[in-house]
Amino acid sequence: MPIEIKMPALSPTMEEGTLAKWLVKEGDTVKSGDIMAEIETDKATMEFEAVDEGTVAQILVAEGTDNVKVGTVIMQLAGEGEDASAAPASAPAAADKEDTPAPNAQADATKDDTVEDSAHPAQEKVETGARQLFEAASHEAEVENPEVPEGTEMVKLTVREALRDAMAEEMRADERVFVMGEEVAQYQGAYKVTQGLLDEFGEKRVIDTPITEYGFAGIGTGAAMSGLRPIVEFMTFNFAMQAIDHIINSAAKTNYMSGGQMRCPIVFRGPNGAASRVGAQHSQNYGPWYASVPGLIVIAPYDAQDAKGLLKAAIRSEDPVVFLENELMYGRSFEVPKLDDFVLPIGKARIMRPGKDVTIVSYSIGVGVSLEAADKLAAEGIDAEVIDLRTLRPLDRKTVLKSLSKTNRIVVVEEGWPTCSIASEVAAFVMEEGFDDLDAPVLRVTNEDVPLPYAANLEKLALVTADKVVAAVKQVTYR
Amino acid sequence: MAKAPARIPAAEPPIPNRERPSEPKPFEATKEQLLQFYKDMLLIRRFEEKAGQLYGLGLIGGFCHLYIGQEAVAVGLQSALDGDKDSVITGYRDHGHMLAYGIDPKVIMAELTGRAAGISRGKGGSMHMFSTEHKFYGGHGIVGAQVSLGAGLAFKHKYAGDGGVTLAYFGDGAANQGQVYEAFNMAELWKLPIIFVIENNQYAMGTSVNRASSEDQLYRRGESFRIPGIQVDGMDVLASRGAAETALEWVRAGKGPIILEMKTYRYRGHSMSDPAKYRSRDEVQAVRDKSDPIEHVKKLLEAQGVTEADLKPIEQDIRRVVNEAADFAENAPEPNPQELYTDVLVESY
Repeated sequence: MPIEIKMPALSPTMEEGTLAKWLVKEGDTVKSGDIMAEIETDKATMEFEAVDEGTVAQILVAEGTDNVKVGTVIMQLAGEGEDASAAPASAPAAADKEDTPAPNAQADATKDDTVEDSAHPAQEKVETGARQLFEAASHEAEVENPEVPEGTEMVKLTVREALRDAMAEEMRADERVFVMGEEVAQYQGAYKVTQGLLDEFGEKRVIDTPITEYGFAGIGTGAAMSGLRPIVEFMTFNFAMQAIDHIINSAAKTNYMSGGQMRCPIVFRGPNGAASRVGAQHSQNYGPWYASVPGLIVIAPYDAQDAKGLLKAAIRSEDPVVFLENELMYGRSFEVPKLDDFVLPIGKARIMRPGKDVTIVSYSIGVGVSLEAADKLAAEGIDAEVIDLRTLRPLDRKTVLKSLSKTNRIVVVEEGWPTCSIASEVAAFVMEEGFDDLDAPVLRVTNEDVPLPYAANLEKLALVTADKVVAAVKQVTYR
Repeated sequence: MAKAPARIPAAEPPIPNRERPSEPKPFEATKEQLLQFYKDMLLIRRFEEKAGQLYGLGLIGGFCHLYIGQEAVAVGLQSALDGDKDSVITGYRDHGHMLAYGIDPKVIMAELTGRAAGISRGKGGSMHMFSTEHKFYGGHGIVGAQVSLGAGLAFKHKYAGDGGVTLAYFGDGAANQGQVYEAFNMAELWKLPIIFVIENNQYAMGTSVNRASSEDQLYRRGESFRIPGIQVDGMDVLASRGAAETALEWVRAGKGPIILEMKTYRYRGHSMSDPAKYRSRDEVQAVRDKSDPIEHVKKLLEAQGVTEADLKPIEQDIRRVVNEAADFAENAPEPNPQELYTDVLVESY
């Protein structure tokens, strides 16, 4: 029985990729460890190694084929003693690039005949909480951003590209701006956010550091104190815990402690929050931590245009900025205005969807969850307004309170823990400043109050979902 | 020379397998230069004594770390710097370094008493003082933080190509902090223009060096990063200045960082609230009698024919300056209550 070789998932969120190149041809014998193909994703080109030994019976997807779904059978391998030519010839014409979607192993009627090799478990999508977040993050804003001039041409960009463009534009404009961090230069970024920057700006301004967060955060902070404009990338904000002393004690307090004499214009950026199935130490939202510190600006954008416009603003700011990205968002594409210099104001929330029955306040990937919930609520006749806070410090209270005065109900959605959260903060100021406008208690919809578990089912239970938001909204609207 | 460490080094220094700085020579000071060293050190001594007094009167609050005994380090090293381009950063025991840089004693003392006229407008205090005008970057309260931050200042010198060198001071206690070695690694890797100055005053608060350090010869702490180190008699201002010249020559030649371990001694407790029970009165007295940096210079001056009578007006002048600073600091108004909310951020959002 031939072994089916399937399109592999090279990252937890990869759904499809390009089969860039076959390195074997039909009739070749392969053994484990041989590189069979090169597969491209939006992040990287990966080599695909053989695990089984055998003879290549049939290549089912030709090289150069784009959008090959994860799990698609791309090759059949005849095991030892099998006749390579005996493989079924009825496979779809591999060269036909238009023929999508490629057949899925699960959909094949020949399921009974399929040998489920233990080394090749069916690569179907594992339904995890992170995947739910990732799916939700496909939602675009439902209103025009008033900060974008009417009639501006829009282009589709991934969040990753938008962030890179923001850095590149600011580096072109200001010689003092440089990027440092782990793998930002030669490797082109652990998550490819700094892709291409080394080529354009050289090693003086795009600097690979050793894995020493405390040290390089200090070096960046010192450089900012003496007048440069560092962008310090943390591979993830989980590792910034090693460096939090410099972010808080050195960067945030400098201007105040020096009586306004010594500034610290630095950007600390990197992915924050839960990624897919990386367990408790790599899945945490530090928004509330940094947002509690006077002297810091904290930004957590949702879509690509905010990522670009706010990162440019962060780099230009005279104050230290913690810029919280989200790994699950990096590959998501959104409309970005095609402008020479698109800079957004720090400290201004954005209405992502207007509505009249309830206000859903969120930020970062929680905005996607909120927009998905708003869709579901609309189907039930509840018209939700969704607000993206965008900046966590200073918080745009005015926009939230204005929306409250219209809807009289607030649900705060946060991909993070509930205790001492941004949601708690919103609940507090809404109670203090908008009490008379409230027709129901402010509810918080957050992750569960546990370290993030690894098991797919538990992870799913732990993270915030649109359904949980829907339930909370029904509660505050008494439906 | 301060009390030598109790333990005899177990091994000889590593055999040089690469270029090393030459052994520094004591600085050959003219009479005028010696007099200036004397003045600068005495100003620190008298200023710190006065600060201790004001602390006792409740005019200075919180932590107050005095530099008494260590004067020759800051004065010797900083006298070698180019004030137009070099930068300095230190920890919380920072009064001496600021005075050695010629910063007005009044605004330093007024900061200690928390007044609006203080160099940080009363919002920093003893540990958090800065003068970007003098390229003095603090004044940092977290042990060891100034080492990474200092490497950042050196990074700027290199990035801007301004020819400056950073002097980053830290103590024997900070020398055990992890980030110090992260900074060492990157500083050498990137050949940053920085002199790491370990002010080894023998005690990290109450813990003596050899109770806390597996390698108590701190000048060797850079060896695994290929950073050369020199041990210097930090009680001798001429030795300090001589070492600074050697170190600056090394760094300005683009050879990367260098470590100076300054063997020194603080006469007072770690801070004003430290009764210093971890050492005997005799130990302190012995250093005062035998190794006092100011008395040392006084002897050198006498050898050059400067008499007690010649020094008297200098001493009186310094007392006057310190008393004026204390009066100013005591009488200057506290910050306006509105200052509570200023300078949290630079911009408005």
